[in-house]
Amino acid sequence: MAIPKVLGTETEYGVIIRNRGHHHQALAAAAVIDSYPGGPVRVQWSYEHEAPGSDARGFGHENFGMPDPDSALINSVLSNGARLYVDHSHPEYSGPECFDPREATLYDKVGELVMARAGRVVQEALPPNQQIRLYKNNSDGKSSSYGAHENYLLSRQTPFGKVIEYLPTFLVSRQIYTGSGKVGSENHRPACSYQITQRADFFEEVVGLETTLRRPIVNTRDEPHGDPTRYRRLHVIIGDANLSEVQTFLKLGTTALFLHAMEDDALPSALELAEPVKACWQISHDLSLSQPVALAEGGSITALELQFLYLEWLSEYARRHLDHPVWTELLEEWEGVLLDLEEDPFRTSDRLDWTAKLRLLEGYRSRENLRWSHPRLAALALQYHDVEPSRSIYHRLVERGAMRRMFTRSEVERAERLPPESTRAWFRGTCVSRFGASLVAANWDSLLFETNRDGLVRVSMMEPLQGDRVTAGPLLGRVSDPAELIRELGKKNG
Amino acid sequence: MADQEKGRRRRRTKGGPPSGENDGAGLGLAQVDSEKIDDLLEEIDSVLEENAEEFVKNYIQKGGE
Repeated sequence: MAIPKVLGTETEYGVIIRNRGHHHQALAAAAVIDSYPGGPVRVQWSYEHEAPGSDARGFGHENFGMPDPDSALINSVLSNGARLYVDHSHPEYSGPECFDPREATLYDKVGELVMARAGRVVQEALPPNQQIRLYKNNSDGKSSSYGAHENYLLSRQTPFGKVIEYLPTFLVSRQIYTGSGKVGSENHRPACSYQITQRADFFEEVVGLETTLRRPIVNTRDEPHGDPTRYRRLHVIIGDANLSEVQTFLKLGTTALFLHAMEDDALPSALELAEPVKACWQISHDLSLSQPVALAEGGSITALELQFLYLEWLSEYARRHLDHPVWTELLEEWEGVLLDLEEDPFRTSDRLDWTAKLRLLEGYRSRENLRWSHPRLAALALQYHDVEPSRSIYHRLVERGAMRRMFTRSEVERAERLPPESTRAWFRGTCVSRFGASLVAANWDSLLFETNRDGLVRVSMMEPLQGDRVTAGPLLGRVSDPAELIRELGKKNG
Repeated sequence: MADQEKGRRRRRTKGGPPSGENDGAGLGLAQVDSEKIDDLLEEIDSVLEENAEEFVKNYIQKGGE
């Protein structure tokens, strides 16, 4: 039986200070992280167990992916268990480990609130003619892309070759409901007026370790952030950052369900494509969703047809093996969105960023009689993604009831303060709230405390599902300081 | 999962020839009913950044990840 799909997202935000001149992006990103007022604990992020150069195919790259020493200094761990830091000159919010795709969607949404709050504080310190802007998107429209990554827990027993065989077709076909929409093409792909995704143009390999160049559809980074004998962390880098909550839920939920079924050998066929990289951008460029892509064994199929097949297989799998109501909710949303995409993609404009944005752009274009290359269209498309609600076009749609939400404002604000309850993120976040002053370093799988009595003590958290509220709650309830916590943990383990 | 079977609809087949053109003419999609979103577009006008051309031109990011 497949292991639970503990999951989470990490999103790099676009950042610029208007009228500041060139070369200020790294500074602006650092200012954002420094300014977040939500009660973070500023700690050294320990890289001890991180190995972004380790490769799931069984060989490592030398000198690959070493962290920038400076970036380790601008690092916060939040009371909800998330990490807030600077990555490659972008402010990044890495949400906490979540138990199911609905919860992971909520904590992904919190990232927008975190960035908006931080942005307002940065703005107060700027001269009046300079304005900070933060965007939850993945491209500057000039062939630079930044990521929105997803992480899923896999069993170490699952052969990685199976992931390489099965996953590419699912990832390139899911683009029809994971795309956030983009004006034009980039990275030397064929010209188009508008396309479904922000990211497809940047993918150049089927499988690989890189994330910053020659990006692969299946990323092989093998960095489990947990017991390496039991787990893998599948790092999915091909998705877009979504504003729509329903869309994030679909992206995470369908992928988690796919991985469940794949681990249980419940997929009848890998449906391998003849040219996955070409299919990736072809599907993104095809707004009619009608152009077939070639299958490796001959014949061709559309992305929509592929997704209907996956829906059928995974509905059957879920019915037999999964009984949590989240999967029922997911399957209903998934079926609804596929049927609407087939009928008329604009029917999904209350749920999908790419169709919501396209509807506005088409309306604006016809009213003003603008060509697709007009900068006001590009400005509108960019501003859709602004994290500040007063400027965000996405938020205008939400306020009018034209875009569905899954969570209330108070649910998002609560998740900004409190961690998920069913994973080790609960222990991390609660320790940040209660014992933050004694935390000197943190990592996904450990916390480093310093107390007068014990000096430096590392608390290891190699099991993603341990440290949850039910099992760790009583312990944290009876200790009053970090020294006592460490003593109690010593008893438990000793 | 009890509702899954009941809820399973067969997919409809698409009528008419596929339109794969993405040249900015019709984008292969039904035309937007512009009247319906007219007041929304006016609201957008009021919040769009000033100097759109300069704004878009200067939005340059370093590649991330």
